[in-house]
Amino acid sequence: MSDKLVGRPLVRKEDPRLLRGDGRYLDDLGRGALAAAFVRSPVAHARIADIEVEDALDVEGLVAVYTYEDLPGRVAEPLPLLIPHPDLTHPRTPYCLANGEVNHVGEAVVMVVATDRYVAEDAAEKIRVTYEDLPPVVTIDQARAAERLVHEDAPGNVAARSVQTNGKGDAHEAIAAAPHRLALDLQIERSASMPMEGKGVLAQWDPDDRTLRVHSSTQTSTSVRLAVAAKLELPPDRVEVITPDVGGGFGVKIVHPWPEEILVPWAAMTLGRDVKWVEDRREHFISSAHERGQQQHVEVGFDDSGRLHGLSVEIWHDNGAYVPYGIIVPIVTSTQLLGPYKVGAYRVEFTSLYTNTVIVTPYRGAGRPQGVFAMERTMDAIAEYLGLDRLAVREANLIQPEEMPYDQGLTFQDGRPLIYDSGDYPTMLRMIRELVGWDGFEAERAAAAAEGRRIGIGVAAYVEGTGMGPYEGAHVKVETTGEVVVSTGLTTQGQGHYTSLAQIAADVLGVGVGDVTVITGDTRRFKYAVGTFASRAIVTSGNAVAVAAGKVAEKAKRIAAAALGGGIFPEELELVGGTVRRREDPETSIDLRTVAVLSNPLRYAFDEAAKAATQFAAAVGTGDEPGLEATGFYMPERSTFAAGAHGVVVETDPETADIKILRYCVVHDCGVVVNPRIVEGQVHGGVAQGVGGALYERIVYDDAGQLVNASYMDFLIPFATEVPHIQTAHMVTASGVNPLGLKGAGEAGVIPTSAAVASAVQDAEGLAVRRMPISPSELYELRKLWKSRKEQVSA
Amino acid sequence: MSEHLHQVTVSVNGVTRRGEIPARRLLADFLRMDLGLTGTHLGCEHGVCGACTVLLDGVPVRSCLMFAVSADGHAVTTVEGCCDPGGELGPVQQAFQECHGLQCGFCTPGFITTIAAYLEENPKPTEEEAREAIGGNLCRCTGYQNIVAAVLRAAEIKREREAPHE
Repeated sequence: MSDKLVGRPLVRKEDPRLLRGDGRYLDDLGRGALAAAFVRSPVAHARIADIEVEDALDVEGLVAVYTYEDLPGRVAEPLPLLIPHPDLTHPRTPYCLANGEVNHVGEAVVMVVATDRYVAEDAAEKIRVTYEDLPPVVTIDQARAAERLVHEDAPGNVAARSVQTNGKGDAHEAIAAAPHRLALDLQIERSASMPMEGKGVLAQWDPDDRTLRVHSSTQTSTSVRLAVAAKLELPPDRVEVITPDVGGGFGVKIVHPWPEEILVPWAAMTLGRDVKWVEDRREHFISSAHERGQQQHVEVGFDDSGRLHGLSVEIWHDNGAYVPYGIIVPIVTSTQLLGPYKVGAYRVEFTSLYTNTVIVTPYRGAGRPQGVFAMERTMDAIAEYLGLDRLAVREANLIQPEEMPYDQGLTFQDGRPLIYDSGDYPTMLRMIRELVGWDGFEAERAAAAAEGRRIGIGVAAYVEGTGMGPYEGAHVKVETTGEVVVSTGLTTQGQGHYTSLAQIAADVLGVGVGDVTVITGDTRRFKYAVGTFASRAIVTSGNAVAVAAGKVAEKAKRIAAAALGGGIFPEELELVGGTVRRREDPETSIDLRTVAVLSNPLRYAFDEAAKAATQFAAAVGTGDEPGLEATGFYMPERSTFAAGAHGVVVETDPETADIKILRYCVVHDCGVVVNPRIVEGQVHGGVAQGVGGALYERIVYDDAGQLVNASYMDFLIPFATEVPHIQTAHMVTASGVNPLGLKGAGEAGVIPTSAAVASAVQDAEGLAVRRMPISPSELYELRKLWKSRKEQVSA
Repeated sequence: MSEHLHQVTVSVNGVTRRGEIPARRLLADFLRMDLGLTGTHLGCEHGVCGACTVLLDGVPVRSCLMFAVSADGHAVTTVEGCCDPGGELGPVQQAFQECHGLQCGFCTPGFITTIAAYLEENPKPTEEEAREAIGGNLCRCTGYQNIVAAVLRAAEIKREREAPHE
């Protein structure tokens, strides 16, 4: 067995701390800080006629009340458009506090600062805002109709319209010329990331050295730092942003700067006091981001074997009231829709529409679940039309391993060409066929039917672009104690980076994983990073850690060779077991920690260890730098593409229309796996969110634009009793674009779940499922609809 | 007008703690703000998610749905009190690490306290019972499968540790 740590299912280093209650999440910090609370709009669309704060001023413990009128300079400007795009012709971003108009329920209008949160909420309650209602645009249908506008200067409620083709001919002509044609209208409803910990910000201003320290529950501390510095007009060097333990992100915390990330630091500077804001659950529902809501129209042309000749997809994407994160979600849907398939001529057009609802930004999967839903529903429709096996139709369209790398002919969300680097999709489908029991299912169905039970089987496959750039970096240092400290700029919110990145560094440096401490998301330690999203952390930071650790290893060999003397060359040495030793003669060795001591030539010997490193003994060459440390970066040429297939068996109750998952199987390929235990956990968690999105979770707005299920009582996150046991099988197709062969795994589990469950429900029921999620009452109604249609046909 | 303060005395993790607090102070906030025991987390503040679960006289309660003054004279156990007397991880905590029963760790304290109390009641649960036992706590990261495994493993560890030493 290899003695490498990469590939081993090690238990996580971070767990004991979190398990003892010693984690430090945002609200655990800043004891004694002033507390902020917000007055948020109770209406979806209105002009603000008046704000009366007088009654609040009598509340004992109130420190400050701020409205838009109080905001200075760049704090008063709209928040930035983070990811501009030529097709985003009408971008609108919110203000930190509403500037005369509100565009969704939950938009911040007034900020209150007080001695504690109880008092801040007392004061907020006494503030009276007079709204002049405007008619709201709530649904995609209303946005498309454009009888009302969200923003007067965004005609048709259109933020962006975008068309891509894959350069393989005219899709409409290909469809028209194909032997068979089908059209499908599909819909996916809104959901949300919904991490167990909401957002939160703590800001501390040090007036003596004019430094602002911000803690934020974010997925990108480095970019929050630059955004805060720009907004508050501070030199970036005077701003530190630290991400403490984060209670889940799933996408919503990649958006930045949130209004509170600007307002809380501004208030701390203005007041000269520590200020903290912690989002409560209702605030999270009505003011953080949602995702998923789309309508789709698919037209497809295909031959007798089910092979696609042409595919045309139109997408209407609900982007909510503003687009601070650009149009990444519909771009991802448009491009990742193709999955593991060759579709012939492809044309996709999306229209990104404003509604008077909470903003829409990536939630785990980031537009992929919708794209996979469109593609996989289409595959099933073709199979049904031709009377073919659903897996056979998929197999007929697969990209073959020998066609890799495969250019899909599109531009991906990172602006780079959509080229799949590696993958073995035929094996993947063969594995899911076996794992879910596809071939024996008709016997199973018959046995169930004999007991009066109705069951169905479904499958869905996907390809996921992961590990995109532009870059990540890492700093690796060997301390004189032998401890290795790895700092990377991206953040962590439960993915186990303290362990997986330690495994990578430990392998390169020949130490144990226990010798490595990993620090993430702290701009005091590492200033250059992008963030943790899009299944990119292990790919980008993992490779960066390997680069930095490799530099440290080389330096250790140089210093050790000089210290060992005897004409030994660095190339003859290896790092093993905490030592640097001669490969041919392991007895000739020096401890790595001693090399660390020698790496820093000292003038003064303050202890026994330091004596060895005084300038008279030092082994650092004059061209070298002191310290056994190095910085390394990894800049991917383009994304690397992971893939997977899910198979599911459901039972539907003939009377109540209850839908129960009997079996859930996953085949998953994320390239070389650093820690199988962690990857398995990521898959489980993704599937659970996918099950939520397929059967339970939806964001519900009423006609007036009120979010009517803004609590855990009514937004139905699955409990343990709703999530099935998940069987997983892994395959490894190493990435062709990064040295470690890694592909991302964070989002995978959630991507094909709605599509697979829809396939299984349709199979059980013999009716077309065109919209997800599906609840028992919706299935019940669907049955009635299909029954009446059949009766009409037979009559 | 300043708020009227009430004296409370609560035994927290076996230590007598006193406080002078407003009547409306939630038990969760008393533990976190007044006593600095930040292991108890608030996920929803309306009693659904279970992250804030602590044991009141050994019985799981939502500390976001209870005023601290109501705990006067009672014993409260938080996640910080779920370690073994020697300070090492308690059986449930140990099992969570072994089974990868946590990711972000935010909901975890509520699971630890809930399961610790459950295993006192049912020291040898089946897998189905284990799933049912955690059916009142939300986790957004793990999909629960490894938490179910951790319940079963915790029962084993507990039996091992409680077995009389030869």
